[in-house]
Amino acid sequence: MKWSRKDLLGIRELSKEEILLILDSADSFKDISRREVKKVPTLRGKTVITLFYEPSTRTRTSFEIAAKRLSADTINISASTSSHVKGETLKDTARNLESMRPDVIVIRHNMPGAPHMLSRIVDSSVINAGDGAHEHPTQALLDLFTMREKKDRIDGLNITIVGDIAHSRVARSNIFALRHFNTRITCSGPPTMIPPDMESLGVHVEYDMNRAVKDADVIMMLRIQKERGGISYIPSVKEYSTIYGLKAEHLKKAKKDVIIMHPGPMNRGVEITDEVADGPYSVILDQVENGVAVRMAILYLLTGREA
Amino acid sequence: MKILIKKGRVIDPKNGRDEILDILINGNIIVKIDKNIREKVDNVHVIDASGLIVAPGLIDMHVHLREPGYEYKESIRTGTMAAVKGGFTSVVCMANTDPVNDNKSVTEFIIKQAKAEGVCRVFPCGAITRGLKGEELAEIGEMYAAGIVAISDDGKSVKNSETLRKALEYAKLFHIPIISHCEDEDLSKGFVHEGKASVMSGLDAIPAIAEEIIVKRDMAIAEYVNSPLHLTHISSGGSVDAIGEMKKRYNQVTCDTCPHYFTLTDKATLSFDTNTKVNPPLRSKEDVDAMKEGLRNETIDIIATDHAPHDITSKDVEFNIATSGISGLETAFGLSLALVHEGVLSMKTLLKKFTENPAKLLKLPYGELTPGSPADIIIFNPDLEWTVDRNTFASKGKNTPFHGWNLKGRNLLTIVDGKIVYRDPVFK
Repeated sequence: MKWSRKDLLGIRELSKEEILLILDSADSFKDISRREVKKVPTLRGKTVITLFYEPSTRTRTSFEIAAKRLSADTINISASTSSHVKGETLKDTARNLESMRPDVIVIRHNMPGAPHMLSRIVDSSVINAGDGAHEHPTQALLDLFTMREKKDRIDGLNITIVGDIAHSRVARSNIFALRHFNTRITCSGPPTMIPPDMESLGVHVEYDMNRAVKDADVIMMLRIQKERGGISYIPSVKEYSTIYGLKAEHLKKAKKDVIIMHPGPMNRGVEITDEVADGPYSVILDQVENGVAVRMAILYLLTGREA
Repeated sequence: MKILIKKGRVIDPKNGRDEILDILINGNIIVKIDKNIREKVDNVHVIDASGLIVAPGLIDMHVHLREPGYEYKESIRTGTMAAVKGGFTSVVCMANTDPVNDNKSVTEFIIKQAKAEGVCRVFPCGAITRGLKGEELAEIGEMYAAGIVAISDDGKSVKNSETLRKALEYAKLFHIPIISHCEDEDLSKGFVHEGKASVMSGLDAIPAIAEEIIVKRDMAIAEYVNSPLHLTHISSGGSVDAIGEMKKRYNQVTCDTCPHYFTLTDKATLSFDTNTKVNPPLRSKEDVDAMKEGLRNETIDIIATDHAPHDITSKDVEFNIATSGISGLETAFGLSLALVHEGVLSMKTLLKKFTENPAKLLKLPYGELTPGSPADIIIFNPDLEWTVDRNTFASKGKNTPFHGWNLKGRNLLTIVDGKIVYRDPVFK
């Protein structure tokens, strides 16, 4: 199978074959990051712009490292330093960037659909690095990559996602990806943080966290999306952490070889205790490492088809 | 000048007419409707309507003409040109202009401007409250004297129940309806309908109960003070149910819906096309079916457009910050004729919702083909297939989710007050 899309805007529109193509490509890119010389010439002469309207440490650095290891030139633009603060519209920003002929624009935006709008305006490839509560496709792909790496399979896994599901693009993209496999997905969190029609996505909803983690192969913890008003959906962070914070006792109810995932940034002592975050079941830092490989694969597939 | 419309299928719901007839217009008045009218050829303009339907000019009781204040979005001139192209001979324009139509000088301006620039009849709707702020009553009596036909704070609900009660009571003095925009402000902080599509898109959502709660509240107050209430742009099945129940015991409640609410579902928003952003939002398949059933069983009395033209910049932005609204005057009738083609409504019932019913509610002497009455007439081909092209819109507002759609049925000729104000290029 060959990659044919100009953009990676979301997981929802991807086929299982496309998802597997990215994961398989990422396998071969992972080695590069462990070499003495962590650079290949694959994207030499290509320009990658990261355009971030929301703060990010992991995703942005990960994209930049991925691009640099493929020898692309990278330029970072933050909304706080861009013309956005002077009132320039996304459309005008897009047209201006396009005039400088980048090959890829990686965009993070606080509003759903912004990358889709960008992709209609520019000829460059657009990668969605998170659009509001909509999608975060590269995160879901690195999550699947990590699950497959740790479990040798995705089929047959019980995956429990806990937290602010309503405002989580990570949950949505993971659900869209995992639906292609024979998985059981359980969403847990306060009822105020789970939309009424959640089960229409083919997932189970279990408000009781103790039951939600039972027999889980994977537990994925999410943070409260304070920037999307998440805090108003619960009485207090203290109460939330009492009811939905992942503690060692929860792990006893899960499968013996359960893995604990978190897309970051973690709020230690809120949705996850130090003991669990730093414990033997945690694969949180593996996710970060795999993020680079997966993003290299995506950059390669979108631009480096002739390489 | 006389006009003789020959051999058209004349459908006039008000007079219960549906047969092949000729119509003779003298000046601005319909003088005769009969079989095979003979007139001397030299002083009459003869229009051959054989194979076509001749109907009263349509009445749209909910449009935004944007003048004064937002002429870059629409003007009385362009809005009424869009109206007559779409088959409308009368429109009711909402008060959310700048300045707001909450006093007689704005009402007078609109009426004067419509006389000078408009190509169809324009009836202003006054604001319920000053500045649409929901606090003090606007000078309803003075606006009534200047020519308003209804009052509405369209764009939002009157949040304060006591203020709404006073408005409903006060409006009784003038026998004009309150047109209610039903939306609980606190539950409406989103951009799309809360349902399966919003779970996928992650767009902040508005539940159907945001509309239904206000529908029920407004009906309760109207019934209590025994005042007429019209609920506009109804979009949810729950609202239709509640209105149907109320109609069984209270006969002063009416409602309308718009073509997009019986045509599109919230699925359309998954493209993030800002032309699908409208308030209230596009809802579920079940709601669309409920609209059709409500139209069929007469719970929904009227079809209105909620014509909401916008400039390109208001729409060519991220979905969250795009302005709500659809430019609807030029697609409404074509979209509504689908209800006839699908067998939901008879042609006569559809026309009733565009003519007799709004005329009755607003006490307008139009929307009928009666000898002696003003000649507001359209001639349309219910089977003409055509493709919507927003670039050919007469409206300044090109914001339509129906661009490129194939529709069946189109208005061909519009007569307002005895004058031909629109003729489709295909109709020689």
